[in-house]
Amino acid sequence: MHDVAIQVEGLTKRYRLGQGSATHHTIGERVYDLVGTGWRRLRGQQAAAPKRQMFQALDGVDFAVNRGQVLGVIGRNGAGKSTLLKILARITEPSAGRATIHGRVGSLLEVGTGFHPELTGRENTFLNGAILGMRRREIAAKFDEIVAFAELDRFIDTPVKRYSSGMYVRLAFAVAAHLEPEVLLIDEVLAVGDAGFQKKCLGKMQGIAEGGRTVLFVSHDMGAVTTLCDRVLLMEGGKAVDLTAPQTAVEQYLRLVADWREDPAGVFDGPLRGTVAFNKLTVNGTGADQPRIIRPYEPITLEAAGVAASSVPRYRTTFSVYRDNVRILSKHDAAEPTDLPAGGFISRVTLPPYLLRPGDYRVALGGYRDGMKDYLYATDLIGFTVTEQWSAQYDPIDVGLVNVPGHGSRDTLPPPEARAA
Amino acid sequence: MSAGVSPIPTPPPVAHHPATTVIQPTHGIGRLRLAEIWHYRDLLMLLTMRDVRVRYKQAALGIGWAVLQPVAMAGVLYLFFGVLMGLDEKVAPVPYLVFVLAGVLPWTMFESAVTAASGSVVANAAIVRKVYFPRLIVPLSAAGAPLVDYAIGLGVLLVAMLILGAAWSWQLVLLPLMILSVLTAVLGIGVLLAALTVSYRDFRHLVPFMLRLLFFMTPVIYPVTLLPDALRWLIALNPVGGTISAFRAAVLGTPIDYTAWGVSTLTGLVALALGVTWFQRAERRFADVV
Repeated sequence: MHDVAIQVEGLTKRYRLGQGSATHHTIGERVYDLVGTGWRRLRGQQAAAPKRQMFQALDGVDFAVNRGQVLGVIGRNGAGKSTLLKILARITEPSAGRATIHGRVGSLLEVGTGFHPELTGRENTFLNGAILGMRRREIAAKFDEIVAFAELDRFIDTPVKRYSSGMYVRLAFAVAAHLEPEVLLIDEVLAVGDAGFQKKCLGKMQGIAEGGRTVLFVSHDMGAVTTLCDRVLLMEGGKAVDLTAPQTAVEQYLRLVADWREDPAGVFDGPLRGTVAFNKLTVNGTGADQPRIIRPYEPITLEAAGVAASSVPRYRTTFSVYRDNVRILSKHDAAEPTDLPAGGFISRVTLPPYLLRPGDYRVALGGYRDGMKDYLYATDLIGFTVTEQWSAQYDPIDVGLVNVPGHGSRDTLPPPEARAA
Repeated sequence: MSAGVSPIPTPPPVAHHPATTVIQPTHGIGRLRLAEIWHYRDLLMLLTMRDVRVRYKQAALGIGWAVLQPVAMAGVLYLFFGVLMGLDEKVAPVPYLVFVLAGVLPWTMFESAVTAASGSVVANAAIVRKVYFPRLIVPLSAAGAPLVDYAIGLGVLLVAMLILGAAWSWQLVLLPLMILSVLTAVLGIGVLLAALTVSYRDFRHLVPFMLRLLFFMTPVIYPVTLLPDALRWLIALNPVGGTISAFRAAVLGTPIDYTAWGVSTLTGLVALALGVTWFQRAERRFADVV
């Protein structure tokens, strides 16, 4: 038995950009290239080797994962997370370096890979299972369990093209969840399905890790990473930046993604842009260079500093909070628009504690003149993460995007005979 | 100490597979991992079944198409070449309809399997990009689906032989070998074209055209005897030419040209070796390119 489940040494992946055989899509282009080179050679010119721009998707990555560990991999888009996963899943080959995986590997880069709309749920279960590496008899043995997990018994012999998207995802995940590899590689798959089902899947995944299996989990969901992972690998620019405790890695990540741009004027849009400019936006006092992690019990104060070049009549600043590109709420800095004199100003709004459920949020900022006549607006200026346990104790009903603390009430009505009397 | 009683519930047993996977760049042509393909045989079968099922779903005639197509094709060819162009007399005493059917069947199997295999990796790009499995499974399963049609086609041929009368010669026992010979050519050419189509989409246009050319270079609608001797070697070099002639001879009970069959089979084997080698060299880049 090996203590190390995954050992990665100097793993590197280069892609060609621009010219190069990988970009020849027709023979014509290829022939054109060859003839061109030959012609130059004939004329005694130095056959200029076509300059091959290389893109280093992965640049000498080293790390190891112990058996039974859940390793989270986080990083910005283009950091190399997906490439790493694709190499470990053997979908693509590395250009250099090596990775050693001890144990049967299962990879889940997508739910429902190979699902065919014309086939029934049953047929797709077998096909998808086989694509994921299960043997036919293994699938047959787990079939009832899979159908029960997907909550689909009545529809299992219906072609999946008639499924709702929820049913489709449930079946796909149910098959994947019953894959029992010793090393499981997962990419972002939790982004699908409704919250209740996601939770079920997370539970299943935790069960996998507790069963002594190893999980490598790529995600943008900082909440899930913090809750599920033992260690987190932070990637940036194709390199492994750090392999550390989840909380530390998430904080480092947030520092990386802090992207309050240098030139805020550039990101704002709208006719009011020449009059009003914002130069600072903070969440609970922390700006771009600080991690913005918020515990559910903290109120959230969004503060924007700006300058008005000339006075703006009937002005208001509006903050919006987005999650997964859905606007959760918008809040003005004043009940009624008021005149804004020329000069500096600071606008702020405060959200009560326990309002936003754990997850990643983005803030948009706008300024409006004369009601909504003129405006400037920018989305995606700064992000923050509401963290803490996946199921906070304050939060008994933990689905949905916002949380309303407290509960309702119930009155017991007197029995009918009492009323009749 | 009571042995065997554990207070901690044991986790479900992990399917034991003490495999260690080493991932590193491969150089050269790589090894043919037949054991791995065998390990994935269930996937091969399920992918083939998928193609068979999907093909006839929502088609009113369903699998009836597998019967109708070769029959209609043979009927048309019989009218044009047999009756109108007088080939009927050239192949006498064999009825031209049986003659042409015995050629059309193996040819259709070859043609549809090669077509399916050549586009298969591109058609299954969604899977290839997301999951690892031996890539050869893809063209193999794609070529497998038309075989089901072929089995039905053989039934049609049998019925035709019964109705139209045939020489029931001992040569019929050679049919499985001939089918195997066609399969070799199918796999060789199909696998090669599958890999080429990934890199050069030109092959999508080129393949039907090449197959049409090959159709006329194969004695499907005409007897080999129609050709001048000088050209016959060409038929044999064609990876299905000699085999289809032999197939027909076996069905009709006429003498088999073993040399031509042998040469065709050899060409098929060379194509297979070439195809698999090329495929293995190219498959490393499939996920990046497809």
